[in-house]
Amino acid sequence: MRKLKELIIEKLILICGLASIFFVALIFLFLLKEGLTLFKTVSPFKFLFGKSWYPISEPAQLGILPLILGSLLVTIGAAIISIPIGVGCAIYIAEIAPLKIKETLKAGIELLAAIPSVVLGFIGMVTLVPLVKTVFHLPTGLTALSGSIMLAFMAMPTIVSIAEDALYSVPKTYKEGALALGATHWQTIWRVMLPAASSGILAAVMLGIGRVIGETMAVMMITGNAAVIPNSILAPVRTLTATIAAEMGEAVVGSEHYFALFAIGIVLFVISFAINVTADLFLHKRQQ
Amino acid sequence: MFKRWLFALIAVAFATSVFAAKDKNSIQVKGSDTMVNLGQAWAEKYMEKNPTDFVAVTGGGSGTGLSSLISGTCDIAMSSRNIKEKEIALAKQKGINPNEIEVALDGLAVVVNPNNPVSSLAIDQLAAIFTGRITNWKELGGKDEKIVLLSREVNSGTHVYFKEHVLRKNDPNSKEEFAPSALMLSSSQAIADEVAGNSAAVGYYGMGYISKKQKPLSIAKDEKSEYEAPTIENVINGKYPISRPLFLYTNGAPEGLVKKFIDFTLSKEGQDIVLATDFVPINK
Repeated sequence: MRKLKELIIEKLILICGLASIFFVALIFLFLLKEGLTLFKTVSPFKFLFGKSWYPISEPAQLGILPLILGSLLVTIGAAIISIPIGVGCAIYIAEIAPLKIKETLKAGIELLAAIPSVVLGFIGMVTLVPLVKTVFHLPTGLTALSGSIMLAFMAMPTIVSIAEDALYSVPKTYKEGALALGATHWQTIWRVMLPAASSGILAAVMLGIGRVIGETMAVMMITGNAAVIPNSILAPVRTLTATIAAEMGEAVVGSEHYFALFAIGIVLFVISFAINVTADLFLHKRQQ
Repeated sequence: MFKRWLFALIAVAFATSVFAAKDKNSIQVKGSDTMVNLGQAWAEKYMEKNPTDFVAVTGGGSGTGLSSLISGTCDIAMSSRNIKEKEIALAKQKGINPNEIEVALDGLAVVVNPNNPVSSLAIDQLAAIFTGRITNWKELGGKDEKIVLLSREVNSGTHVYFKEHVLRKNDPNSKEEFAPSALMLSSSQAIADEVAGNSAAVGYYGMGYISKKQKPLSIAKDEKSEYEAPTIENVINGKYPISRPLFLYTNGAPEGLVKKFIDFTLSKEGQDIVLATDFVPINK
Protein backbone atom coordinates (compact mmCIF):
# COMPACT_ATOMS: atom_id res chain seq x y z
CA MET A 1 0.00 0.00 0.00
CA ARG A 2 2.68 2.47 1.03
CA LYS A 3 4.71 1.52 -2.00
CA LEU A 4 1.77 2.18 -4.26
CA LYS A 5 1.25 5.58 -2.68
CA GLU A 6 4.92 6.42 -3.18
CA LEU A 7 4.70 5.33 -6.79
CA ILE A 8 1.62 7.42 -7.52
CA ILE A 9 3.13 10.52 -5.93
CA GLU A 10 6.37 9.99 -7.79
CA LYS A 11 4.57 9.75 -11.13
CA LEU A 12 2.45 12.79 -10.35
CA ILE A 13 5.54 14.84 -9.67
CA LEU A 14 7.10 13.56 -12.85
CA ILE A 15 4.06 14.74 -14.80
CA CYS A 16 4.31 18.17 -13.15
CA GLY A 17 7.94 18.34 -14.16
CA LEU A 18 7.27 17.34 -17.75
CA ALA A 19 4.27 19.66 -17.98
CA SER A 20 6.39 22.79 -17.95
CA ILE A 21 8.57 21.54 -20.80
CA PHE A 22 5.47 20.43 -22.65
CA PHE A 23 3.89 23.87 -22.34
CA VAL A 24 7.05 25.66 -23.47
CA ALA A 25 7.21 23.40 -26.49
CA LEU A 26 3.56 24.05 -27.31
CA ILE A 27 3.98 27.81 -27.01
CA PHE A 28 7.06 27.75 -29.19
CA LEU A 29 5.35 25.61 -31.83
CA PHE A 30 2.33 27.89 -31.91
CA LEU A 31 4.58 30.95 -32.21
CA LEU A 32 6.49 29.33 -35.06
CA LYS A 33 3.35 28.19 -36.86
CA GLU A 34 1.71 31.63 -36.76
CA GLY A 35 4.88 33.65 -37.27
CA LEU A 36 6.40 31.68 -40.15
CA THR A 37 3.17 31.98 -42.15
CA LEU A 38 4.14 35.62 -42.72
CA PHE A 39 7.17 34.62 -44.76
CA LYS A 40 4.95 33.10 -47.46
CA THR A 41 4.08 36.64 -48.51
CA VAL A 42 6.91 38.80 -47.12
CA SER A 43 10.58 37.95 -47.49
CA PRO A 44 12.42 37.55 -44.17
CA PHE A 45 15.07 40.02 -45.35
CA LYS A 46 12.45 42.70 -46.05
CA PHE A 47 10.81 41.99 -42.71
CA LEU A 48 14.00 42.25 -40.64
CA PHE A 49 15.63 45.13 -42.52
CA GLY A 50 12.65 47.07 -43.89
CA LYS A 51 12.68 50.63 -42.67
CA SER A 52 8.97 51.41 -42.48
CA TRP A 53 6.29 49.96 -40.24
CA TYR A 54 2.82 50.79 -41.58
CA PRO A 55 0.89 47.62 -40.71
CA ILE A 56 -2.64 48.77 -41.58
CA SER A 57 -1.95 50.44 -44.92
CA GLU A 58 -2.75 48.88 -48.29
CA PRO A 59 -0.38 47.26 -49.10
CA ALA A 60 1.03 46.95 -45.59
CA GLN A 61 4.68 47.83 -45.04
CA LEU A 62 6.10 45.45 -42.49
CA GLY A 63 9.72 46.40 -41.85
CA ILE A 64 10.82 45.98 -38.24
CA LEU A 65 14.32 47.48 -38.38
CA PRO A 66 13.19 50.64 -36.52
CA LEU A 67 11.56 48.45 -33.86
CA ILE A 68 14.64 46.23 -33.41
CA LEU A 69 16.89 49.28 -33.16
CA GLY A 70 14.43 50.89 -30.75
CA SER A 71 14.47 47.85 -28.48
CA LEU A 72 18.28 47.62 -28.64
CA LEU A 73 18.79 51.31 -27.93
CA VAL A 74 16.52 51.27 -24.88
CA THR A 75 18.16 48.06 -23.64
CA ILE A 76 21.73 49.30 -24.10
CA GLY A 77 20.84 52.56 -22.36
CA ALA A 78 19.31 50.65 -19.45
CA ALA A 79 22.37 48.37 -19.27
CA ILE A 80 24.78 51.31 -19.15
CA ILE A 81 22.84 52.80 -16.26
CA SER A 82 21.99 49.68 -14.30
CA ILE A 83 25.20 47.60 -14.55
CA PRO A 84 27.60 49.96 -12.70
CA ILE A 85 24.99 50.85 -10.07
CA GLY A 86 23.81 47.26 -9.69
CA VAL A 87 27.27 45.70 -9.43
CA GLY A 88 28.44 48.51 -7.13
CA CYS A 89 25.45 47.93 -4.91
CA ALA A 90 26.14 44.17 -4.84
CA ILE A 91 29.78 44.77 -3.83
CA TYR A 92 28.71 47.12 -1.08
CA ILE A 93 26.12 44.70 0.28
CA ALA A 94 28.33 41.62 0.06
CA GLU A 95 31.67 43.05 1.19
CA ILE A 96 31.43 46.39 2.92
CA ALA A 97 28.06 47.17 4.48
CA PRO A 98 27.55 46.60 8.21
CA LEU A 99 24.85 44.07 9.01
CA LYS A 100 22.08 46.57 9.74
CA ILE A 101 22.54 48.57 6.54
CA LYS A 102 22.88 45.33 4.60
CA GLU A 103 19.49 44.11 5.80
CA THR A 104 17.82 47.45 5.03
CA LEU A 105 19.35 47.60 1.55
CA LYS A 106 18.32 44.06 0.73
CA ALA A 107 14.75 44.73 1.82
CA GLY A 108 14.73 47.91 -0.26
CA ILE A 109 15.90 46.09 -3.36
CA GLU A 110 13.29 43.39 -2.90
CA LEU A 111 10.70 46.12 -2.65
CA LEU A 112 11.98 47.66 -5.89
CA ALA A 113 11.53 44.30 -7.59
CA ALA A 114 7.97 44.11 -6.31
CA ILE A 115 6.79 47.36 -7.94
CA PRO A 116 4.57 46.46 -10.91
CA SER A 117 5.97 47.77 -14.19
CA VAL A 118 2.81 49.69 -15.04
CA VAL A 119 3.26 51.67 -11.82
CA LEU A 120 6.88 52.44 -12.72
CA GLY A 121 5.69 53.50 -16.17
CA PHE A 122 3.08 55.78 -14.71
CA ILE A 123 5.52 57.38 -12.28
CA GLY A 124 7.98 57.82 -15.14
CA MET A 125 5.33 59.46 -17.28
CA VAL A 126 4.45 62.15 -14.75
CA THR A 127 7.89 62.77 -13.19
CA LEU A 128 10.73 61.63 -15.44
CA VAL A 129 9.32 62.58 -18.84
CA PRO A 130 8.87 66.31 -18.06
CA LEU A 131 12.29 66.32 -16.35
CA VAL A 132 14.06 64.84 -19.39
CA LYS A 133 12.27 67.36 -21.58
CA THR A 134 13.44 70.42 -19.60
CA VAL A 135 16.96 69.17 -18.80
CA PHE A 136 17.86 68.42 -22.42
CA HIS A 137 15.67 71.16 -24.01
CA LEU A 138 13.83 68.62 -26.13
CA PRO A 139 10.57 69.03 -28.01
CA THR A 140 9.22 66.05 -26.04
CA GLY A 141 10.35 64.01 -23.04
CA LEU A 142 8.91 60.75 -24.44
CA THR A 143 12.33 59.41 -25.47
CA ALA A 144 14.50 56.29 -25.43
CA LEU A 145 16.45 57.81 -22.52
CA SER A 146 13.32 58.02 -20.33
CA GLY A 147 12.63 54.38 -21.14
CA SER A 148 16.23 53.38 -20.37
CA ILE A 149 16.20 55.07 -16.96
CA MET A 150 12.91 53.48 -15.93
CA LEU A 151 14.00 50.05 -17.19
CA ALA A 152 17.28 50.38 -15.31
CA PHE A 153 15.20 50.38 -12.13
CA MET A 154 13.66 47.11 -13.24
CA ALA A 155 16.95 45.42 -14.11
CA MET A 156 18.71 46.49 -10.92
CA PRO A 157 17.06 44.09 -8.43
CA THR A 158 17.93 41.11 -10.65
CA ILE A 159 21.52 42.26 -11.13
CA VAL A 160 22.08 43.07 -7.46
CA SER A 161 20.68 39.86 -6.00
CA ILE A 162 22.44 37.48 -8.41
CA ALA A 163 25.76 39.38 -8.37
CA GLU A 164 25.62 39.43 -4.60
CA ASP A 165 25.10 35.65 -4.54
CA ALA A 166 28.09 35.28 -6.83
CA LEU A 167 30.29 37.35 -4.52
CA TYR A 168 29.16 35.31 -1.51
CA SER A 169 30.04 32.04 -3.14
CA VAL A 170 33.69 33.04 -3.64
CA PRO A 171 35.59 30.84 -1.13
CA LYS A 172 36.47 32.71 2.05
CA THR A 173 40.08 31.53 1.78
CA TYR A 174 40.63 33.75 -1.30
CA LYS A 175 39.75 36.84 0.65
CA GLU A 176 41.70 35.80 3.74
CA GLY A 177 44.71 34.95 1.60
CA ALA A 178 44.66 38.34 -0.11
CA LEU A 179 44.31 40.23 3.15
CA ALA A 180 47.07 38.16 4.75
CA LEU A 181 49.41 39.09 1.92
CA GLY A 182 48.91 42.72 2.84
CA ALA A 183 46.37 43.78 0.22
CA THR A 184 44.01 46.58 1.21
CA HIS A 185 40.26 46.00 1.37
CA TRP A 186 39.73 47.67 -2.01
CA GLN A 187 42.62 45.77 -3.64
CA THR A 188 41.09 42.52 -2.38
CA ILE A 189 37.69 43.37 -3.85
CA TRP A 190 39.03 44.64 -7.18
CA ARG A 191 41.84 42.13 -7.82
CA VAL A 192 40.55 39.00 -6.09
CA MET A 193 36.83 38.98 -5.35
CA LEU A 194 35.55 40.48 -8.62
CA PRO A 195 37.65 38.27 -10.93
CA ALA A 196 36.69 35.19 -8.91
CA ALA A 197 32.99 36.05 -9.13
CA SER A 198 33.16 37.38 -12.69
CA SER A 199 31.17 34.62 -14.39
CA GLY A 200 28.36 34.92 -11.84
CA ILE A 201 28.32 38.69 -12.23
CA LEU A 202 28.17 38.35 -16.00
CA ALA A 203 25.22 35.99 -15.62
CA ALA A 204 23.53 38.56 -13.36
CA VAL A 205 24.03 41.22 -16.01
CA MET A 206 22.66 39.00 -18.77
CA LEU A 207 19.55 38.10 -16.76
CA GLY A 208 19.02 41.79 -15.97
CA ILE A 209 19.21 42.61 -19.67
CA GLY A 210 16.83 39.75 -20.43
CA ARG A 211 14.31 41.33 -18.09
CA VAL A 212 14.71 44.70 -19.81
CA ILE A 213 14.28 43.55 -23.40
CA GLY A 214 11.04 41.73 -22.60
CA GLU A 215 9.52 44.59 -20.64
CA THR A 216 6.44 46.10 -22.25
CA MET A 217 4.14 48.26 -20.23
CA ALA A 218 6.58 50.86 -18.92
CA VAL A 219 8.31 51.35 -22.29
CA MET A 220 4.99 51.67 -24.05
CA MET A 221 4.01 54.47 -21.71
CA ILE A 222 7.19 56.54 -21.83
CA THR A 223 9.12 56.02 -25.07
CA GLY A 224 6.68 57.75 -27.43
CA ASN A 225 6.25 54.71 -29.72
CA ALA A 226 7.28 56.47 -32.94
CA ALA A 227 8.42 53.82 -35.44
CA VAL A 228 11.39 55.83 -36.71
CA ILE A 229 15.04 54.72 -36.86
CA PRO A 230 16.46 56.48 -33.80
CA ASN A 231 19.40 58.83 -34.40
CA SER A 232 20.08 59.51 -30.73
CA ILE A 233 19.03 58.30 -27.31
CA LEU A 234 17.10 61.55 -26.94
CA ALA A 235 14.68 60.61 -29.73
CA PRO A 236 11.39 58.72 -29.37
CA VAL A 237 11.50 55.01 -30.22
CA ARG A 238 9.05 52.15 -30.64
CA THR A 239 10.10 48.79 -29.20
CA LEU A 240 9.24 45.26 -30.36
CA THR A 241 7.26 44.50 -27.22
CA ALA A 242 5.23 47.72 -27.28
CA THR A 243 4.31 47.08 -30.91
CA ILE A 244 2.86 43.67 -30.14
CA ALA A 245 0.98 44.95 -27.11
CA ALA A 246 -0.43 48.01 -28.84
CA GLU A 247 -1.51 46.32 -32.05
CA MET A 248 -2.60 42.79 -31.14
CA GLY A 249 -6.11 43.97 -30.25
CA GLU A 250 -6.61 45.49 -33.68
CA ALA A 251 -5.03 42.87 -35.93
CA VAL A 252 -7.66 40.83 -37.73
CA VAL A 253 -7.00 37.16 -36.95
CA GLY A 254 -5.43 35.55 -40.02
CA SER A 255 -4.29 38.81 -41.62
CA GLU A 256 -0.74 39.66 -42.66
CA HIS A 257 -0.55 42.12 -39.76
CA TYR A 258 -1.50 39.39 -37.29
CA PHE A 259 1.19 37.02 -38.59
CA ALA A 260 3.72 39.87 -38.55
CA LEU A 261 3.08 40.41 -34.85
CA PHE A 262 3.74 36.71 -34.22
CA ALA A 263 6.91 36.98 -36.29
CA ILE A 264 7.99 39.85 -34.02
CA GLY A 265 7.28 37.45 -31.17
CA ILE A 266 9.73 34.96 -32.70
CA VAL A 267 12.40 37.66 -33.02
CA LEU A 268 11.92 38.56 -29.36
CA PHE A 269 11.96 34.92 -28.34
CA VAL A 270 15.24 34.35 -30.20
CA ILE A 271 16.84 37.42 -28.59
CA SER A 272 15.83 36.55 -25.04
CA PHE A 273 16.65 32.87 -25.56
CA ALA A 274 20.15 33.84 -26.69
CA ILE A 275 20.57 36.06 -23.66
CA ASN A 276 19.37 33.37 -21.25
CA VAL A 277 21.62 30.73 -22.80
CA THR A 278 24.61 33.06 -22.48
CA ALA A 279 23.73 33.68 -18.85
CA ASP A 280 23.39 29.95 -18.29
CA LEU A 281 26.80 29.28 -19.85
CA PHE A 282 28.42 31.77 -17.49
CA LEU A 283 26.63 30.30 -14.46
CA HIS A 284 27.64 26.82 -15.50
CA LYS A 285 31.25 27.84 -15.92
CA ARG A 286 31.25 29.15 -12.37
CA GLN A 287 30.05 25.87 -10.94
CA GLN A 288 32.87 23.88 -12.51
CA MET B 1 -14.11 23.96 7.82
CA PHE B 2 -11.97 25.28 5.00
CA LYS B 3 -12.99 22.39 2.78
CA ARG B 4 -16.65 23.06 3.33
CA TRP B 5 -16.18 26.70 2.34
CA LEU B 6 -14.30 25.67 -0.75
CA PHE B 7 -17.10 23.35 -1.82
CA ALA B 8 -19.68 26.06 -1.25
CA LEU B 9 -17.59 28.46 -3.32
CA ILE B 10 -17.21 26.01 -6.18
CA ALA B 11 -20.92 25.23 -6.09
CA VAL B 12 -21.80 28.92 -6.24
CA ALA B 13 -19.31 29.60 -9.05
CA PHE B 14 -20.71 26.69 -11.01
CA ALA B 15 -24.30 27.75 -10.46
CA THR B 16 -23.62 31.34 -11.53
CA SER B 17 -21.74 30.28 -14.62
CA VAL B 18 -24.62 28.04 -15.69
CA PHE B 19 -27.01 30.87 -14.89
CA ALA B 20 -24.95 33.39 -16.85
CA ALA B 21 -24.76 31.16 -19.89
CA LYS B 22 -28.53 30.92 -20.06
CA ASP B 23 -28.99 34.54 -19.08
CA LYS B 24 -30.46 36.49 -21.98
CA ASN B 25 -30.79 39.58 -19.83
CA SER B 26 -27.26 40.80 -20.44
CA ILE B 27 -25.49 42.24 -23.47
CA GLN B 28 -21.83 43.00 -24.10
CA VAL B 29 -20.93 46.26 -25.84
CA LYS B 30 -17.32 46.73 -26.88
CA GLY B 31 -15.14 48.93 -29.07
CA SER B 32 -14.21 52.53 -29.81
CA ASP B 33 -12.42 54.43 -27.05
CA THR B 34 -13.97 57.60 -28.44
CA MET B 35 -17.43 56.21 -27.72
CA VAL B 36 -16.80 54.44 -24.44
CA ASN B 37 -18.03 57.32 -22.26
CA LEU B 38 -21.12 57.66 -24.43
CA GLY B 39 -21.75 53.91 -24.30
CA GLN B 40 -21.44 53.88 -20.54
CA ALA B 41 -23.80 56.83 -20.16
CA TRP B 42 -26.34 55.03 -22.34
CA ALA B 43 -25.95 51.80 -20.40
CA GLU B 44 -26.40 53.49 -17.03
CA LYS B 45 -29.56 55.31 -18.06
CA TYR B 46 -30.90 52.22 -19.81
CA MET B 47 -30.34 50.01 -16.78
CA GLU B 48 -32.00 52.60 -14.57
CA LYS B 49 -35.11 52.29 -16.73
CA ASN B 50 -34.86 48.51 -17.15
CA PRO B 51 -33.48 47.21 -13.86
CA THR B 52 -33.71 43.56 -14.95
CA ASP B 53 -31.43 44.01 -17.97
CA PHE B 54 -27.68 44.26 -17.81
CA VAL B 55 -25.45 46.09 -20.30
CA ALA B 56 -21.64 45.87 -19.99
CA VAL B 57 -19.58 48.45 -21.89
CA THR B 58 -15.82 48.20 -22.51
CA GLY B 59 -13.38 50.13 -24.71
CA GLY B 60 -10.25 48.93 -26.50
CA GLY B 61 -10.57 50.63 -29.88
CA SER B 62 -12.88 50.29 -32.88
CA GLY B 63 -10.82 47.48 -34.38
CA THR B 64 -10.92 45.58 -31.10
CA GLY B 65 -14.71 45.92 -30.92
CA LEU B 66 -15.24 44.77 -34.50
CA SER B 67 -12.91 41.81 -34.11
CA SER B 68 -14.80 40.69 -30.99
CA LEU B 69 -18.10 41.02 -32.85
CA ILE B 70 -16.60 38.82 -35.57
CA SER B 71 -15.35 36.26 -33.07
CA GLY B 72 -18.70 36.33 -31.27
CA THR B 73 -17.51 37.67 -27.90
CA CYS B 74 -19.69 40.78 -27.90
CA ASP B 75 -23.23 41.59 -28.98
CA ILE B 76 -22.72 45.17 -30.10
CA ALA B 77 -19.49 46.71 -31.43
CA MET B 78 -18.99 50.46 -31.11
CA SER B 79 -16.98 51.89 -33.97
CA SER B 80 -15.82 55.34 -34.96
CA ARG B 81 -15.08 54.16 -38.51
CA ASN B 82 -16.86 52.09 -41.16
CA ILE B 83 -16.20 48.38 -41.11
CA LYS B 84 -13.50 47.38 -43.63
CA GLU B 85 -14.09 45.09 -46.61
CA LYS B 86 -11.62 42.62 -45.14
CA GLU B 87 -13.48 42.53 -41.84
CA ILE B 88 -16.81 41.93 -43.58
CA ALA B 89 -15.28 39.04 -45.55
CA LEU B 90 -13.87 37.54 -42.38
CA ALA B 91 -17.19 37.94 -40.56
CA LYS B 92 -19.07 36.21 -43.38
CA GLN B 93 -16.63 33.30 -43.12
CA LYS B 94 -17.56 32.92 -39.47
CA GLY B 95 -21.27 33.22 -40.13
CA ILE B 96 -21.57 36.73 -38.72
CA ASN B 97 -23.46 39.35 -40.69
CA PRO B 98 -22.37 42.85 -39.56
CA ASN B 99 -25.21 45.35 -39.52
CA GLU B 100 -24.39 49.04 -39.32
CA ILE B 101 -26.42 51.58 -37.34
CA GLU B 102 -25.43 55.25 -37.24
CA VAL B 103 -26.05 56.62 -33.75
CA ALA B 104 -24.23 59.95 -33.44
CA LEU B 105 -21.78 62.37 -35.03
CA ASP B 106 -18.42 63.45 -33.72
CA GLY B 107 -16.32 66.47 -34.61
CA LEU B 108 -12.62 65.69 -34.68
CA ALA B 109 -10.73 68.49 -32.94
CA VAL B 110 -7.12 69.34 -33.73
CA VAL B 111 -5.61 70.73 -30.54
CA VAL B 112 -2.47 72.64 -29.59
CA ASN B 113 -1.15 74.09 -26.37
CA PRO B 114 -2.92 77.35 -25.33
CA ASN B 115 0.48 79.14 -25.51
CA ASN B 116 0.79 78.34 -29.21
CA PRO B 117 0.01 81.49 -31.27
CA VAL B 118 -1.31 79.42 -34.21
CA SER B 119 -5.10 79.23 -34.00
CA SER B 120 -6.38 78.23 -37.43
CA LEU B 121 -5.22 75.91 -40.21
CA ALA B 122 -6.47 74.59 -43.52
CA ILE B 123 -6.78 70.85 -44.19
CA ASP B 124 -3.84 71.02 -46.62
CA GLN B 125 -1.64 72.46 -43.92
CA LEU B 126 -2.79 69.78 -41.45
CA ALA B 127 -1.92 67.08 -43.96
CA ALA B 128 1.52 68.65 -44.50
CA ILE B 129 2.11 68.77 -40.74
CA PHE B 130 1.07 65.20 -40.00
CA THR B 131 2.91 63.69 -42.95
CA GLY B 132 6.08 65.51 -41.90
CA ARG B 133 6.46 68.01 -44.76
CA ILE B 134 6.11 70.96 -42.37
CA THR B 135 8.25 70.42 -39.29
CA ASN B 136 8.52 73.82 -37.63
CA TRP B 137 5.77 76.08 -36.21
CA LYS B 138 7.67 79.02 -37.75
CA GLU B 139 6.40 77.98 -41.20
CA LEU B 140 2.81 78.40 -39.96
CA GLY B 141 3.31 81.77 -38.30
CA GLY B 142 4.15 80.35 -34.88
CA LYS B 143 7.28 80.31 -32.73
CA ASP B 144 10.55 78.80 -33.94
CA GLU B 145 9.87 75.37 -32.43
CA LYS B 146 9.98 71.86 -33.84
CA ILE B 147 6.47 70.43 -34.18
CA VAL B 148 5.78 67.41 -31.97
CA LEU B 149 3.20 65.19 -33.68
CA LEU B 150 0.86 63.19 -31.49
CA SER B 151 -1.25 60.42 -32.95
CA ARG B 152 -3.37 57.55 -31.65
CA GLU B 153 -2.25 53.94 -32.04
CA VAL B 154 -3.31 52.01 -35.16
CA ASN B 155 -6.14 50.21 -33.32
CA SER B 156 -7.94 53.54 -33.04
CA GLY B 157 -10.82 54.42 -35.37
CA THR B 158 -9.82 58.06 -34.90
CA HIS B 159 -6.33 57.27 -36.29
CA VAL B 160 -7.82 55.59 -39.36
CA TYR B 161 -10.39 58.33 -39.92
CA PHE B 162 -7.79 61.10 -39.63
CA LYS B 163 -5.48 59.33 -42.06
CA GLU B 164 -8.16 58.74 -44.66
CA HIS B 165 -9.93 62.08 -44.46
CA VAL B 166 -7.17 64.55 -43.59
CA LEU B 167 -3.85 63.04 -44.70
CA ARG B 168 -5.29 61.37 -47.81
CA LYS B 169 -8.17 63.83 -48.34
CA ASN B 170 -10.63 61.03 -49.15
CA ASP B 171 -8.54 59.88 -52.11
CA PRO B 172 -8.49 56.06 -52.04
CA ASN B 173 -5.35 55.97 -54.24
CA SER B 174 -3.37 58.28 -52.00
CA LYS B 175 -0.33 56.75 -50.32
CA GLU B 176 0.11 59.40 -47.63
CA GLU B 177 1.09 58.12 -44.20
CA PHE B 178 1.67 59.62 -40.79
CA ALA B 179 5.28 60.78 -40.49
CA PRO B 180 7.28 58.01 -38.80
CA SER B 181 8.35 60.54 -36.19
CA ALA B 182 4.75 60.89 -34.94
CA LEU B 183 4.42 59.74 -31.35
CA MET B 184 1.80 57.00 -30.98
CA LEU B 185 -0.10 57.42 -27.74
CA SER B 186 -2.47 54.81 -26.44
CA SER B 187 -5.45 56.98 -25.49
CA SER B 188 -7.13 60.29 -26.23
CA GLN B 189 -6.50 61.29 -22.64
CA ALA B 190 -2.74 60.72 -23.07
CA ILE B 191 -2.80 63.08 -26.06
CA ALA B 192 -4.79 65.66 -24.09
CA ASP B 193 -2.24 65.50 -21.24
CA GLU B 194 0.78 65.80 -23.52
CA VAL B 195 -0.72 68.76 -25.41
CA ALA B 196 -1.54 70.47 -22.10
CA GLY B 197 2.10 70.29 -21.04
CA ASN B 198 3.97 70.72 -24.31
CA SER B 199 3.93 74.04 -26.18
CA ALA B 200 5.14 72.45 -29.45
CA ALA B 201 2.69 69.55 -29.57
CA VAL B 202 -0.25 69.07 -31.90
CA GLY B 203 -2.74 66.21 -31.61
CA TYR B 204 -6.25 65.20 -32.59
CA TYR B 205 -9.22 63.57 -30.86
CA GLY B 206 -13.00 63.66 -30.50
CA MET B 207 -14.48 67.00 -29.39
CA GLY B 208 -15.51 65.54 -26.06
CA TYR B 209 -11.92 65.59 -24.81
CA ILE B 210 -11.37 69.34 -25.28
CA SER B 211 -10.74 71.16 -22.00
CA LYS B 212 -9.33 74.52 -20.98
CA LYS B 213 -5.80 73.10 -21.02
CA GLN B 214 -5.86 72.63 -24.79
CA LYS B 215 -6.68 75.02 -27.61
CA PRO B 216 -8.80 73.58 -30.44
CA LEU B 217 -7.82 74.99 -33.85
CA SER B 218 -10.32 76.42 -36.30
CA ILE B 219 -10.18 74.40 -39.48
CA ALA B 220 -10.94 75.33 -43.10
CA LYS B 221 -11.63 72.97 -45.97
CA ASP B 222 -9.18 74.90 -48.16
CA GLU B 223 -7.48 78.24 -47.89
CA LYS B 224 -10.41 80.12 -49.49
CA SER B 225 -13.04 78.76 -47.11
CA GLU B 226 -13.98 80.11 -43.72
CA TYR B 227 -12.11 78.79 -40.67
CA GLU B 228 -14.62 77.08 -38.41
CA ALA B 229 -14.26 76.14 -34.75
CA PRO B 230 -15.15 72.58 -33.64
CA THR B 231 -18.49 73.28 -31.95
CA ILE B 232 -21.65 71.19 -31.87
CA GLU B 233 -23.46 73.79 -34.02
CA ASN B 234 -20.80 73.75 -36.71
CA VAL B 235 -20.86 69.96 -36.87
CA ILE B 236 -24.67 69.83 -37.18
CA ASN B 237 -24.80 72.42 -39.96
CA GLY B 238 -21.85 70.76 -41.70
CA LYS B 239 -19.55 73.79 -41.62
CA TYR B 240 -16.81 72.10 -39.60
CA PRO B 241 -14.87 70.02 -42.12
CA ILE B 242 -13.64 67.06 -40.04
CA SER B 243 -16.63 65.36 -38.53
CA ARG B 244 -17.56 61.73 -38.76
CA PRO B 245 -20.43 59.39 -37.99
CA LEU B 246 -20.26 57.00 -35.04
CA PHE B 247 -21.67 53.51 -35.44
CA LEU B 248 -22.97 50.53 -33.56
CA TYR B 249 -22.56 47.19 -35.31
CA THR B 250 -24.71 44.16 -34.56
CA ASN B 251 -24.83 40.63 -35.92
CA GLY B 252 -27.73 40.72 -38.38
CA ALA B 253 -30.74 42.97 -37.77
CA PRO B 254 -30.98 43.71 -34.05
CA GLU B 255 -33.54 41.71 -32.12
CA GLY B 256 -34.58 41.13 -28.53
CA LEU B 257 -32.54 42.91 -25.93
CA VAL B 258 -30.05 44.26 -28.48
CA LYS B 259 -32.87 45.90 -30.39
CA LYS B 260 -34.33 47.31 -27.18
CA PHE B 261 -30.98 48.89 -26.30
CA ILE B 262 -30.36 50.30 -29.79
CA ASP B 263 -33.88 51.73 -29.96
CA PHE B 264 -33.11 53.43 -26.67
CA THR B 265 -29.90 55.00 -28.03
CA LEU B 266 -31.82 56.40 -31.01
CA SER B 267 -34.72 57.67 -28.90
CA LYS B 268 -35.01 61.32 -27.83
CA GLU B 269 -33.65 60.37 -24.43
CA GLY B 270 -30.70 58.51 -25.93
CA GLN B 271 -29.85 61.38 -28.24
CA ASP B 272 -30.00 63.81 -25.29
CA ILE B 273 -27.28 61.70 -23.69
CA VAL B 274 -25.28 62.03 -26.92
CA LEU B 275 -25.44 65.80 -26.54
CA ALA B 276 -24.63 65.64 -22.82
CA THR B 277 -21.42 63.65 -23.51
CA ASP B 278 -20.25 66.31 -26.04
CA PHE B 279 -21.13 64.42 -29.18
CA VAL B 280 -23.56 65.53 -31.84
CA PRO B 281 -27.02 63.96 -32.16
CA ILE B 282 -28.08 62.70 -35.58
CA ASN B 283 -31.06 64.32 -37.23
CA LYS B 284 -33.91 61.90 -37.51
